[in-house]
Amino acid sequence: MDLQNQQRIKDAAEKFGADCIVILGSSDAEGAEIYAETVSNGDPTYAGPLAGVPLGLPVYHVFDQTIRDECDSSAWEEQISMMEMVLDPEALAAAVKGIRDQYSQNVL
Amino acid sequence: MSSVGIKGYAYCLNHAPELGLHYGSTPFTEREAKGDSDFLKALPKYIQTYEKAMQYAPNQAYIGGISYEEFEAAQTPWIKNYLSDANRYGRYGEIMPEDEFLGLLAICDVFDLIWLEKDFAGNVKARLLKDPVMTESIVARLKGAHDLPEIEAEIRDKKGRALYSDGKVVGCVRNGHEIDDCLFAYVLLENLACKAGGVLALLHLMKNSNVKPEEIDFVIECSEEGAGDMNQRAGGNFAKAVAEIAGCVNASGCDVRGFCAGPVNAIIAGASQVAAGARKNCVILAGGAVPKLFMNSRDHVKKELPALEDCLGNFALLLVPDDGTEKNPVIRLDALGKHSVGAGSAPQAITSALIHDPLSAQGLTFSDVDKFAAELQIPEITLPAGAGDVPHANIKMTAALAVMKKAIEKSGMDDFIKKHGVIGFAHTQGHIPSGVPFIGIACDHIRAGTMKRVMIIGKGSLFLARLTNLADGGSFLIEPSKGGASTGAVSKEDVKSLILEALSEIAGRLN
Repeated sequence: MDLQNQQRIKDAAEKFGADCIVILGSSDAEGAEIYAETVSNGDPTYAGPLAGVPLGLPVYHVFDQTIRDECDSSAWEEQISMMEMVLDPEALAAAVKGIRDQYSQNVL
Repeated sequence: MSSVGIKGYAYCLNHAPELGLHYGSTPFTEREAKGDSDFLKALPKYIQTYEKAMQYAPNQAYIGGISYEEFEAAQTPWIKNYLSDANRYGRYGEIMPEDEFLGLLAICDVFDLIWLEKDFAGNVKARLLKDPVMTESIVARLKGAHDLPEIEAEIRDKKGRALYSDGKVVGCVRNGHEIDDCLFAYVLLENLACKAGGVLALLHLMKNSNVKPEEIDFVIECSEEGAGDMNQRAGGNFAKAVAEIAGCVNASGCDVRGFCAGPVNAIIAGASQVAAGARKNCVILAGGAVPKLFMNSRDHVKKELPALEDCLGNFALLLVPDDGTEKNPVIRLDALGKHSVGAGSAPQAITSALIHDPLSAQGLTFSDVDKFAAELQIPEITLPAGAGDVPHANIKMTAALAVMKKAIEKSGMDDFIKKHGVIGFAHTQGHIPSGVPFIGIACDHIRAGTMKRVMIIGKGSLFLARLTNLADGGSFLIEPSKGGASTGAVSKEDVKSLILEALSEIAGRLN
């Protein structure tokens, strides 16, 4: 996760505390795991503002059923349904869940 | 319908691993921030020789050393199956070795910024003269050879940046200003390298198209570099600077920018000027980007893979009026894809705007296009860096959209991907892979009658400049000429489309 985005998430977590959740749209499971770990347990590459900062934020992939259930179905159809055919939604949701189960607090 | 002929094209690579080691943004920032880190110590072990770069199948596909079909059939992984009979020159251009490229840098310098060591300069001058596109008058521009101590003093005392060959200092780029960072040696190197790549592509283009330098009317340059000073940070103008070195005395030019969407926007701009009769012809060209050399090398080193981002890419196209013959395939100006401000940033919205909308506006569907060429990065570079197989992801999105628009069955997605997709063969040089490398291949196939229609798609990450969160994109179709439409004559297709439009309007009223 780039350094600017890490800073934005750190700032938002400080401002909103427990009301924050992170929703990822990453197309790659390995990348999704790294992003999820960055916002929950800290930057694993020790390069950015979240290095050594375990925010513990609840993190989900947008394809997670919990998030999907919250979405307006027509917006989903218009914005996301095409990518469901392109990507592997279950693998992406599972990759983020694996990290969430280890490091996130206040999960939905 | 307005259309413009594509008379010629050129694609070249400049093998530049030592520029990459020192001035690629990833190694450069690491060195500035951390000094000599483990990554920087390891990187040289993963660098390819010139011979390997020349034998790498995607590089040969780029310069036309092998046909696209031969590239498709090439054994993968390419990094383990180098081509044994590869050559420096292909039908579209060449892969130039780094020492000659440093000579070309000096040729392109008109401000005494590039100093080369005397013996090195003499040696590369002799070798450059053997390049079939180099003339004596161009090579004669290589002046300003210096003694090594003078060069070392310039680097040590005056903030010059060293130029290397075989690990030794053989020259430098001099600093252009003490305070103005637009004129620091690093930026000047970046800009001169881009100019030099553009010159090489233009020289090959004129050879491939059998056109003399003085016949070129206008040049549009579309790289991602910014040349200027602190009062006009990216004022330009690469195009005219390139035309000057190539001897195009009757040409003028300007630059068009749009990140990776720059080339498609520049081609549409140039084609429109030619179609309108404002220009007799127009060259669209771009050189490469030094900072993008070894951009993903951290991941390549980590995974113990060759650091493949060792080449600067460049290209040039010559657009001319559509003469109505089969000689020059044409760009249609009535079927342009545009990613508008209001279209949104979801991949679905972008794919619709760039692919579905221009096709459906012309009564065409997905399967009417033989190949969709978008973001043609070499997958062996991007996959280890976690960025996926970019061209494959693009055609998968196109196939998924075709399913949503009921143009194909979901079960037919894999066949569609195989038939209509393009395998990536372009370096991760930003504007270079964005669709344009396939134009030459498409034109060759259209001339041979083996393709009827190809879509070129460019996409740009505008948000990187922090001016807007938007992305951008554009697309156009290449087809065989249908009869000199740019002369203003009304074609059969125009009449047909007008009648259909009128009939559908009448039918609408009757309902």
